[in-house]
Amino acid sequence: MFQVWYRNLKVWLKHLQASLIGNLGQPFLFLLAMGYGLGKSVPEIEGMTYLQFIAPGLVASAVMYSSAFEATYGSYTRLSTQGTFEAILMTPISVYELALGEIMWGATKGLVAGLIMLLTLPLFGVFPLVSYVSVIPILFLEGAIFASMGLIMTAIATNYDFFNYFTSLVITPFFLFSGIFFSLDAITSPLKEALSVMPLANVVILSRNLCYGKVGNVEEMLFEVILTIIFTLFFGALATYLLKKRLIQ
Amino acid sequence: MGFKEQQGEVVLDIKGLKKVFGKRKVLKGIDVSLKKGECLALLGPNGAGKTTTIRILLGIVIATEGSIRVFDLEYPKGLKRAKFKMGVVPQMDNLDPDLTVFENLIVYANYFRISKKVARKRAEELLEFFALKNRRSEIIQNLSGGQRRRLLLARALINRPELIILDEPTIGLDPQARLLIWERLSDLKEKGTTMLLTSHYMEEVERLADKVIIIDNGTAIARGTPKGLVKDMLGSEIVEFSDGANRLDEIRKYLKGCDIDTEIFENRLFVYLKDGCKELDSLITSFSHVTKRPATLEDLFLRLTGRKLRET
Repeated sequence: MFQVWYRNLKVWLKHLQASLIGNLGQPFLFLLAMGYGLGKSVPEIEGMTYLQFIAPGLVASAVMYSSAFEATYGSYTRLSTQGTFEAILMTPISVYELALGEIMWGATKGLVAGLIMLLTLPLFGVFPLVSYVSVIPILFLEGAIFASMGLIMTAIATNYDFFNYFTSLVITPFFLFSGIFFSLDAITSPLKEALSVMPLANVVILSRNLCYGKVGNVEEMLFEVILTIIFTLFFGALATYLLKKRLIQ
Repeated sequence: MGFKEQQGEVVLDIKGLKKVFGKRKVLKGIDVSLKKGECLALLGPNGAGKTTTIRILLGIVIATEGSIRVFDLEYPKGLKRAKFKMGVVPQMDNLDPDLTVFENLIVYANYFRISKKVARKRAEELLEFFALKNRRSEIIQNLSGGQRRRLLLARALINRPELIILDEPTIGLDPQARLLIWERLSDLKEKGTTMLLTSHYMEEVERLADKVIIIDNGTAIARGTPKGLVKDMLGSEIVEFSDGANRLDEIRKYLKGCDIDTEIFENRLFVYLKDGCKELDSLITSFSHVTKRPATLEDLFLRLTGRKLRET
């Protein structure tokens, strides 16, 4: 598993710059446009400025984009045109290790994107509490969730166009309706409850609460953490199963 | 086969191997056995089941039926341990295009849990052995077909395998590039490396293989040594009459006393000779388009699997 992860790391380090800019561009621009631009005309939400409100969610979204992108376009290239997966399967690496290595790698890339986003928040005048470091394992799990979702798509894809469905039907809606840009409390039940148990929404809540130390409702926090772990296990297992089905005849 | 060979340690033992893809029966019960230090060639037209057999050994295809033992490791349980001792040159180039020549070897070594230090040392040796030293920092796209094949071979040897699997190792190469690879494979053979080979180049098989299995439609239709097979199944010589088809009866009658076999393909007549035949020698002079030559593995292959194109 770590051998697969290491291979991807080695390649990534070769074109670090393009990769980082590519993955971070979008959340950065959103932070600028929404936070600075729109934020001026938006009143405070839950006692925060609009910029403060959206910043922790955008950290989570940077993880999602980076992981999902890597596990679709990146993994699919390794699966199809490059034949990298097949080359790896000729060695003692099993298909399970391969799948886990790819998920771990996607999660790592997501975490890196999230951390860079997080570290630049002070530039925008957002100062998280030191205890915000506790979000790091959560972001890694989030990365694993979206890398697994991406790998599921890779396992059933027949060409690159297929990922358009994933981007427009899964990733973009998650980005817009996970409580990053508006409080999910603004939505009426039961849609609110449905949205709040979707992947990403759970991480957005955790990220925001940990960022500003609003750990008041421990039960809710614990629920979100457990939800994140369940998503990780579920999507990870499904991705592994489907990749095995695709690669082993 | 000598007594000594029979005593050899069995590296590969496949019995009754079957594989069904949906409704297509690709392998219909094949037995393959290979002893230490031997080179066995699997021959057969495209789609015969050679590559499927190899992919089963790699665990990329799961057998429907049959028992597989590699180095006394029973599949599927022993697969992972067996793979530590195998090196593979695949038919399709799957070198890592994101990495350089040298990195390809190092990263591959890591899949076998070979330490960095050992991997570096072996990689240097292999680049030397396969005349790739000047290319070590090149990216894969800049390599020629021959260089890629050599690197695939080098990569297959990075774990010092006890069994090398070569799936059409010189496919698509020019004669010089092919020759270099044959020389290197001969070197390895002399050192006692066990090899499983598939190929369409009969010259390759005649040079390298000790034993041959001809596979067609998922069944083994002949097995033996390359020379022995040709001699037993075909004979020593072939006479080819390019317009002999319409005079078949006449020719047959004339050659009644000889031990021959005939085959017609389109307008051509092929006469396979087990032993010498004086009548034939005198007959040849009365035809204008006749060639007489020693029988080869290629002739046997075509005789057994047919001269017609398979994939239409």
